[in-house]
Amino acid sequence: MNRWIEKQRHLIDFTASSLARRKGKSLGLLVVYTLLVFVLASVSLYTHALRNEATRVLAGTPEIVLQRLIAGRHDLVPPGYVEKIGRMRGVQKIEGRLWGYYYDSVLKANYTFMVPADRNIAEGEITVGPALERSRGLAAGNGISFRAYSGELHTFIVTGVLAHESELVSADLVLMSEADFRRFFAYPEGHYTDIALWVANPQEVRNVGRKLIDALPDSRPILREEVLRTYASVFDWREGMMLALLSAAILAFGIFAWEKAAGLSAEEKREIGILKAIGWETGDVIAMKFWEGFLVSLLAFLLGYVAAYVHVFHFEFALFAPVLQGWAVLYPSFALTPRIDGVQVATLFVFTVLPYTAATLVPIWRAATTDPDTVMRS
Amino acid sequence: MLELANIRKAFNQGRHNEYWALKGIDLAIPPARVSVLKGPSGSGKTTLLTILGCLARPTEGRVRLKGEDISGLPERFLTEIRRRSFGFIFQQFNLVRGLSAIDNIILPGYPTGTPRAQLLQRAEALLADMQLAHRRDAKVEWLSGGEQQRVAICRALINDPEILVADEPTANLDSRLSAEFLAILRRLAEAGRTVILTSHDPLVVESAVVDRVYSLRDGQLIDVRDVRRAAP
Repeated sequence: MNRWIEKQRHLIDFTASSLARRKGKSLGLLVVYTLLVFVLASVSLYTHALRNEATRVLAGTPEIVLQRLIAGRHDLVPPGYVEKIGRMRGVQKIEGRLWGYYYDSVLKANYTFMVPADRNIAEGEITVGPALERSRGLAAGNGISFRAYSGELHTFIVTGVLAHESELVSADLVLMSEADFRRFFAYPEGHYTDIALWVANPQEVRNVGRKLIDALPDSRPILREEVLRTYASVFDWREGMMLALLSAAILAFGIFAWEKAAGLSAEEKREIGILKAIGWETGDVIAMKFWEGFLVSLLAFLLGYVAAYVHVFHFEFALFAPVLQGWAVLYPSFALTPRIDGVQVATLFVFTVLPYTAATLVPIWRAATTDPDTVMRS
Repeated sequence: MLELANIRKAFNQGRHNEYWALKGIDLAIPPARVSVLKGPSGSGKTTLLTILGCLARPTEGRVRLKGEDISGLPERFLTEIRRRSFGFIFQQFNLVRGLSAIDNIILPGYPTGTPRAQLLQRAEALLADMQLAHRRDAKVEWLSGGEQQRVAICRALINDPEILVADEPTANLDSRLSAEFLAILRRLAEAGRTVILTSHDPLVVESAVVDRVYSLRDGQLIDVRDVRRAAP
């Protein structure tokens, strides 16, 4: 066993010195390989962290949101609906919600106006999301005017800014009192945008959903798990699209790596001949080349992954954020919670390190099985 | 020590350009002596040397090393025998460029799994014996022809083989370096090693260092001549 380990150490030593002797080729390969791992790992780390972030933020939202439909489109919930649901078994809490969109022609951006259930906001006052704080330069105590769809100008005093931790979903929020909301949008009294329902037992959520459809046939219940699934698929779709765009780069790398790995130079072939003539077995030559492929790809993998980690979690994914984050005028600015998924790392490892290592072995097999006497005749 | 029985070797067998390089060779190499295979180009001496050194297998015939038939062994076992029992010195030296003299010397020791410190110790002793200790860390491409050959000899000896095989070893050396090389061979034979070389250089063939000369022509052994070794 000790001899085997010693032999592998010798082979790694020789491989390292071979790589050092072919600096240009080795460095070029390492740089391109590292770049590829960096891009793939960046996309993968970012989407994974984004999905986790969305899941974390949505964890506090209601299990079911009920919307009323007319001709398949979302309509206001008329008075009496909240009371109708009121005594449904399994429903822990029920709440009519008021929210809507407002287009700000100054910034050419949409805001979400909302009446919060968990905090009281006095009439004439608002609390804004972090993106508004940045883009409109708002701070507590500032006044801001919005022109309602009726043409009237409404002025509000900013009394607070929402926490940055929830920016992924609160960037464009404007929280206001119910009276201000109804006045601003000329929202009819007793009507709501939708109804939020909290269900204590997760097993009961689907049952409650079915009961809601029976009791209010003109409404549609949206379950939180469906929202989560939609978020996941949106991020997956964007990740997939980005990877599809990158596939050309991956293919180019494949060709590059194959050429580099497969194209044994005359010098390398000569070396293999010498090694065989002085007593190296075919297996020793292949093991040596295996170490070469493995060391290059492992080093590239580690460098690329660490660089991707720094890019995603310290530089906020600056290079690709606009593609993956979404299309909006007000980009949320948020630091993702660093998170590494073992399966994800393993997948990336398998798809980057193994193919290259294997690609180095195929041509070597041919070169390594040549008769050792050829070196005598060269 | 090393015996060949009815050795025939064909290249491109079964094809239109089939060529028989050796046509039935019988010979016995004596131990601890210097033997030379001589003959003109195309006589088959290098082919014979590759078979003697287990670098190639004969198409027909038997190769026996210390009485054991090794001609039918699979490559793995043949490599093991080659590594343990043979050291090679090539015409072009065949050193690995970019590596230092000492790193070239220890290369044949890598597959044996011998600890590096032990290999280095052996290599340093060999370098000192060849008066090359001062060139230990020099890259081989910086060495002179004579120095390169001495490094090649050290490399051939690193696994302490019983048999040393050299193909046209003086082809790239001047007369002075050739004489120095032959003196080294004499020392090695006197230390108990068997030396086999090919050459058509009269300086080698007629040297007092040589014990036996095998003459080849057209793939056949035409003469075997024993010459008395000169007194040291």
